[in-house]
Parts: sequence; structure tokens; C-alpha cells
Amino acid sequence: MALLKLTSPHAHSAQNTARVMQLVILATIPGLFALTLFFGWGSLINVTLSCMVAVGSEALVIRLRKRPIMFYLKDYSAILTAVLLGISLPPLAPWWIAVVGTSFAIIIAKNLYGGLGYNPFNPAMIGYVVLLISFPVQMTAWPAPAELYPSDMQVPGLWHSIQIVLPLLNPDTLSGVSETASGTIDAYTAATPLDTFKQNTGLLVDQFYKKELFFSQGTWAGLGWEWVNIGFLLGGLFLLYRKIFTWHAPLGMLLSLALCSVIFYDSGSSSSLGSPLFHLLSGATMFGAFFIITDPVTSATSNKGRLIYGALIGVLIFIIRSWGSYPDAIAFAVLLMNFAAPLIDNYTMPRTYGYSKSGVKSNKKRKEDQSDAR
Amino acid sequence: MRKIWNLIGGVHPPENKHQSVKDSVGSLPLPEKLIIPLNQHIGAPSKAIVAIGDKVLKGQVLANPKGVLSAGVHAPTSGLVSDIGDHPIPHPSGMSAHCITLIPDGEDQWIAHEGLSNYRDHVPEKLLEIIRLSGVAGLGGAGFPTAVKLNPQKPISTLILNGTECEPYITSDDMLMREHPEDIVQGIEILSYILGDPKEVVIGVEDNKPEAYAALKSYLKNTTIELATFETRYPSGGEKQLIQILTGTEVPAKGLPSDIGIACLNVGTAYAVYRAIVFGEPLISRITTVTGKACTINRNYEILIGTPISHLLKHNAFNKKNCSRLIVGGPMMGFALENLDIPVIKTTNCILAPSEEEFPSPQPAQACIRCGMCAEACPASLLPQQLLWYAQSKNYEKLEVQNLADCIECGACSYVCPSNIPLVQYYRASKGEMKKQAEEKVSADRARQRFEFQKNRKEKEIFAKKVQRDVRLKAAAQANKTSGTEGIIQAALDRAEAKKSSPEDQHSRSTRRIARFEDQLRSAQEKLESLKEGVTSDQHEQAKAAVEDAKIRLAEAISSHGLSMPISNPSETPDSASEAITRAQAKVTIQAGLSDEEKLCNTIVSLTARLEKATTRLEIAKTEGSEHIDAFTVAADKLKEKLATAEADLSKIRT
Repeated sequence: MALLKLTSPHAHSAQNTARVMQLVILATIPGLFALTLFFGWGSLINVTLSCMVAVGSEALVIRLRKRPIMFYLKDYSAILTAVLLGISLPPLAPWWIAVVGTSFAIIIAKNLYGGLGYNPFNPAMIGYVVLLISFPVQMTAWPAPAELYPSDMQVPGLWHSIQIVLPLLNPDTLSGVSETASGTIDAYTAATPLDTFKQNTGLLVDQFYKKELFFSQGTWAGLGWEWVNIGFLLGGLFLLYRKIFTWHAPLGMLLSLALCSVIFYDSGSSSSLGSPLFHLLSGATMFGAFFIITDPVTSATSNKGRLIYGALIGVLIFIIRSWGSYPDAIAFAVLLMNFAAPLIDNYTMPRTYGYSKSGVKSNKKRKEDQSDAR
Repeated sequence: MRKIWNLIGGVHPPENKHQSVKDSVGSLPLPEKLIIPLNQHIGAPSKAIVAIGDKVLKGQVLANPKGVLSAGVHAPTSGLVSDIGDHPIPHPSGMSAHCITLIPDGEDQWIAHEGLSNYRDHVPEKLLEIIRLSGVAGLGGAGFPTAVKLNPQKPISTLILNGTECEPYITSDDMLMREHPEDIVQGIEILSYILGDPKEVVIGVEDNKPEAYAALKSYLKNTTIELATFETRYPSGGEKQLIQILTGTEVPAKGLPSDIGIACLNVGTAYAVYRAIVFGEPLISRITTVTGKACTINRNYEILIGTPISHLLKHNAFNKKNCSRLIVGGPMMGFALENLDIPVIKTTNCILAPSEEEFPSPQPAQACIRCGMCAEACPASLLPQQLLWYAQSKNYEKLEVQNLADCIECGACSYVCPSNIPLVQYYRASKGEMKKQAEEKVSADRARQRFEFQKNRKEKEIFAKKVQRDVRLKAAAQANKTSGTEGIIQAALDRAEAKKSSPEDQHSRSTRRIARFEDQLRSAQEKLESLKEGVTSDQHEQAKAAVEDAKIRLAEAISSHGLSMPISNPSETPDSASEAITRAQAKVTIQAGLSDEEKLCNTIVSLTARLEKATTRLEIAKTEGSEHIDAFTVAADKLKEKLATAEADLSKIRT
């Protein structure tokens, strides 16, 4: 035995960063499953492609930074970023969307700021926003749920989906046959419930719901999407149970979003901005609440800070959804609040043991207590 | 049932206490030697009163407390003092300190000692003195002299006994409570008496010690002592944490428990106080847990203070090969040893020898992902992830804002950190650095104060001189303006008045000045002499210049002294004021009717007269061989110069 010079504590819990990342990746399964069920293989293809690009670009950067490659790859942070970005991308988007977005996220948004733990902005959301601004056409082409396809069309199978994403693999493309013959992405796309609802002019919410297939065939908030959201909600609850993050940020965001929609629901009139249920189960609400804003690196640090951080994101989401020009708003809201996180931290420092609430030592109250006790 | 508050934060590592509570508290054969450090407590080291070669009896005083914050040291067994000198002590730094080495004679013969039959017959001060001389210091870990703790500046309304023992592996307090509950209760009653019978007396025990709880409970029936139990959660046994759990109040930052009327002592300390008061036995042994998988036997022992740890391990089938590190204290706050020859001291509650599987070498640290698990675990509600950030960037101001000083170094943050970051180590380093900086700042502040005071004083002097000069100038200007007789007369009168008020002063002042300049000249010359060999020409020139400078100043002083003499001597001019008036009047009358040319002529005449005087003085000095020859020469030269300028002026006017 070498009597080692080690400082306390000597014990260590079994938790480690790679395990945390793995659990988060694992928790995306229910949502990813729902995405695949309703929108086909596209999301899985995106995730796989993103992961490959992420590992490649992370390894490249670490090599350039002359650090041990495997040590950093093994923390799974790059793969988690890739999974989150892959889920955010429209299924069946062309392959270079995932490549451009992921490499931007990993190389620029993450590693140029110093790598894991040092990035001020959520890398997946940076990748998403870069794509959304640069390639709005591809990024807003979401396929319709299978149930809404015209009767003569079929959900593309796995191989077919891969061919759509990677046209090079399609013999028709190679032989110069026109794209429409093989069925490009355009054939499958449709507006999302959030888009659809925005186009409501002059109808009461109930009437509009009956008119639009999305809502009339769905249960609460739009066919397919509601289940995707429920899937991510389940995954999020699992992570909460495993104490990967605290409830503060997700609850803050969901509550404030619900509250905003209650205020502007307008009893379902023609100028209603949507019901709370609609907002909670549409778009990327649950994915954002449990998988994006809970990213600890870019959010506020204290519990109180995280509550405020989440609540403000909820408000921003509602504002951008209702009055902005983009249909969904998670990425913008999160990035804007990433800016504000240090400021929130500054004003939400928890009260340290032995200090009064204002942070200034005051024994006044204690003295009173003491004299009461006597 | 007492209301229990929740511990803020905290963690629950595997307890690993069952291994060492299977057997009762054992004892070990006497070791070959005992190494007794003089400082086993917080405060000043005790002062040895034995010499090498002395035979001592068990319980005999080896060293007396030095000052108030100190505790004595006693011989744990009878034997021979073989050495007094530096020896490695249990300290995180592995440092050495003064120790007394004792070779046991095997007799284990007690010195005569006697306890108090009824302590309530004595005043608390007497009991405090006994405790102080018995060397009782906090047995919980910090080793704060108990007599000091029992003599707080503020009244105590709550006495808390700490039987929490929240660190994993350690069971020494647990076993003590199981085997000596009655003694502990009696010890608590003594403490309570000393503290003026506080309103509340509470023993806090974690709920993982049901045997100890039951044992104590049975002896509390006829007392007012409460027994409180609460969830097992590290670090509930920290003094501040236990106070919060049992009373809901917090010790104010940078304050003491006594600030809120609370005293908190370890149950082991209560037992030691009991032995000291009732039996007159000083603190010479304690219960220590020897545990960990690298020891085949895991057990508690009543161990003599000063027993080398190697002796303990030898008797517990210590497997050195399988031991990953050797820890004094628990796995959360204990420190690793580098030397097996280190003794058990009053605060050594556990020797932990874990195997490689139990505590493998630490993993390399990964990046902080600010997951916040540390903040959830922190019992002081700090933000460890922010502290790490600022500690790494050495931003000490921010660390202060984030209250780093309130970190109790419990290690809960490092324990939960998924990235294996040694957070506590960063905090310790930063605290040390901040302490150093604070000390440096204090000394720098003092130096600045001194400098500023000096500057201020000099400025004041200069200002005062300036004011004087201004007053004089003003008066002169006034006199010139009126250009009448009265003004000049008045000015002369004033001057005369001023001189009259202190002619002796002036005289003695100029004498002093001469003496001072002489001194300066001498030292400058000495310096010049000493420099003559082996110095650069630069230095030499400097010294030369200094000598010349001193000569000139001396000459000036002497000449002014000489001039002032006749006037300043009041006996020669009994009425200098009236004389001044006459002289001034004459001067005015003359000057009024004179042209510039005539004025200059007058000046030349007076200067010639002065020069003559000076020359004669110089001649006298030369013949007498006076030491001021140089000075007189210079003075004469100066006068010559002045005369030359006046003559030149005159010739200018004439042409």
C-alpha cells in the first residue's frame, strides 16, 4: 500500500456524468417512439445521422484541442446534443440538414466556447435556430400524421424513408428520373396543429376544431402531436423521479405557459389564442420543458432561479407562438433566456445558513425568539 | 415529543457502521511507546513541565495549559519520559509538532487522585478549573477546550448533547452511549450545573442507533433531559446543523452557538467531564473505532492517548496490501495519513483502513455541467457549482459574495458530484489563499496608514510655515504700501516683539542647528572615508557632494547664529524694541531721501563691513585652529559674491 495523500471526502456516490447523460437519452424513448409511430421513421433516421456527425465532429475538435478523445466522448454529452437536435428536426428532412445543424452545434456552439460545461447557449437549440433561419423551407416541412394521408398514399417504410433523406441511395435519382415519381418529402408534408390554429380566421375554437381534421381526429390537442408530447412528459417524469433535475424549471415553464393561455383563451371565441391544453400538448412544449430547458449548463443555478427561468421561457413561448412569425418558439425562448440566466443567478442566490433573508446578518429576530423562549 | 426540523441538504452515504459494533469496546495491550502531542486541541499548545528522564505515574500532569484557550496533557500510563521534541502528528498536512514520548513501565500505576463526592457543593468556577486542568477538549472532532466552551459570554438557555455521529463507519460515540449511558447522563447533569441549569437539555441521536437510544432513555426517567432522534442524514452531526435540526434556529454567520443561547457538546465530552469531576481522572484515553475492509477485525477500543496507529493496526490484522488509503476520522471529513507512526489523540474518533474496492482511487475529474446536485446536497445552502467556477478563476471577491467562508467542508458536494470534481479541495485552497490575502491586506493597510499619517504631518508643517511666511510677507507688504514711517516702524516693532518673546529659544535653536549640521558633516565625512576603498566613482562623488552640502549648511547656520547673537542676547540690549524703533526710523529717513544709486552704495558699504568682519573671524579661527574654518571660508566667499553682484548693479546704474 502506498499511503496516498488524498483529501476528504473519500467516499463518492455512484453517480457520474456519463450516467446522467445516458439516462436523459434513455428518457427520450417514449417521445421518440410516438414520433415514429405517427410520423414514420424520419425522426429515428435524423437522430442516428446526428449522432454519427456529433461523434465525428466532437472527436475532430478534441483532437485539435489535443485532449484525450475517448475520455471526452465517453461523457455522452455530444451524443445527447445530437439526440435532442435530431428529435427537433422535421422527419424526412434532407440529410445535410442534420449534418449542418449537428456540426454547427458541436463545433461552434459547444466546443468553441470551451466544451462541455462552458457553453452559454444550448448547443442543440443553436443548431436548430441556425437551420431554421438558414433553411426555412426544409425546416418547416413536417410530414402529416399517417392517419391524415390521402387514401392512395402509404407511410414510407424504413428503406424508403432513408432514400428520401439520402437521395443518393435512390436509384431513381441516380438514373435521372424526376423526383416526384419516387415521392419526395413534399408529398407527405402538412401544417402542424400550431400552424393550423394560427390560420383560424373568424371561427369559434369549437367550430374550428370540428372543421380541421387535425383536431377532430385528435383527442385533446391535435392528432399525433398530443401523444408525442405525452411521450416526452413520461420521459421527463422518469428523469424527475431519478433526480436528474429538479422540478423547478419544467413546472415554471408549464405553469406560466398554461397561465398565459388561460388569460388569452377568451372562452374559445374566434380571437382565442388557444386553450391551455392545446398549448401544453402542441409543438415541442413537453420536449422543451423536460429535455431542453433542464440543460443545467445553460440555465439558472439556484432552484428559485430555475423557477423564474422556466416561467419566463413559458411566457416567451406564448408570446412568440401567438404574435411572432414562427409557429413554434421553444428554441428562441430558450436561447433568449440563456442570455438572462446569469442575471437571474445574480438576484436569486439562496440564503446561506446563518444569514437573514436579505443576506445581511441580523440577529434581531433570533434575539426576539430567545427572549420569547425565556 | 420534541419538534424536529429538517436538515437542509445533506446526503446519505452507505453507513457501514454494523461492522464495528458487533463486539463490545475492547482494550489493547500497552504499546512500546506513547507519543503525546502537546497540542491536541484548538488553541495554544500546552507547556511541558517534565524533563527527559523523568519517571511519571499514570494521570500525572505532563504539560499545563498555556493561556485560557488551551488544555493540559497527562501521562496515559506510568513510565519514563524518553523524549520531548518534534514528531509527526495527526494533521492533514502531515506536519510535525512538539510531543512527549513516554516509555511505559508496564506497571500502569495511578497517581493519587480523588474526585468530588458532591459536585453541587462547589461553585461552577471550581468545576471549570478541574475540567481545564484535566485536559478535557471536545471529543467530537474539533478539540475545542471544554472549559472555555462551558464558560460562555452569554447566558445559555439550551444545552445540546451531540450523539449524532453522522459520519459513516464511525461508531465510537454509539458504543460509548451503549456501554456508559448512566455516566453520560451524570456528565450531562454536571455540564448543566456548570452552565447554570439551562431551560432545555437535549441529546440528539440519529435514528440508526436504536440501541444507544434505548440505553440512554432508561436513565432519563427522573431527569428533565430530553432525548431526540431524527433521520440519519449526513451531516446532521455538524454543530450548526444539529442546532438547526433540534431548535429550528441558525447560528448567525461568523457567530457562535452561545450567541443564540446554545451550547453544544459531544456525548464523549460529557463522559470525560464526568470522569474528571467524579473520579478526578484526567483525559488519558478515548474510544476509537478501527474499521475498514483492510482490517480483518473491526471494533472499538478504549485507547490510551498517544498510542501509535501502527500498534492499533497490528492488533486488528491490518492488511497493508489491500488498503487503498489510511484515514483518520470518517470517510467524509477525515484526512489520509502518510505515516503509521502517528499517535491517537483526544480527537481521534476513528481509524479507517478501507480496501481498494471500498474506496478506489478517485476518477479523473470531468467538466462541471452545473447539474446542481451539489447545491441540493449543501447543508449551508451555498451554490458549490458557482463557488467552483470562481475558485478556478481565483475570483476571491465573488467567492466572498457567495459566502465561501460559511462552507463547513462537510464534503457532501464532492460526494454527489457526478463529474468527480474535488470541490472541497478547491474551497480549502481558496479559503487559505483568501486568508493569506486578508492578512496581507491588513499589514498593507497599516503601512499605508503610517505613510499617510507621516505625509499629513509633513504637509501640516509646510502649511504652518507657509502661513507664517504669508503673515510676514503681508505685514511687509503693508508696510511698503504705506511706505510711511509708521508701517516700517510697526513691522520692526512686531519683529522685535517676536524676538523679544523668545530670544533664548532662538539662540538655543540655532545652537542646536549648528550641532545637527556638525553631526551631519561628520557622518558624511565618515561615509566618505569608508567609501574610499573599493567603490564606484559614482558613489564616491555622491558622498563627496554630501560632505560639501553639509559644510555649506553648517556655514550658513553658524553665520546666522553669529549675526543673531548680539541682538538675541537680551542682556546686551535691554531695550531692543526701542533700539529697533530708532534704527528703523533712521533707516526710513535715510531711505526716503535716497536714490537707487545711493541705496546700492549703502548696501555695498554694509556688505564690505560684513565681509571685513567675516574675514577677521576667519583669521581668528585660523589662528585658533578652529574646526569651523571651512564654514567661515564659505561664509566669507558668499559675502564676496554678494558684494560683487551689488557692485555690478551699481556700475549698471551708473552707465
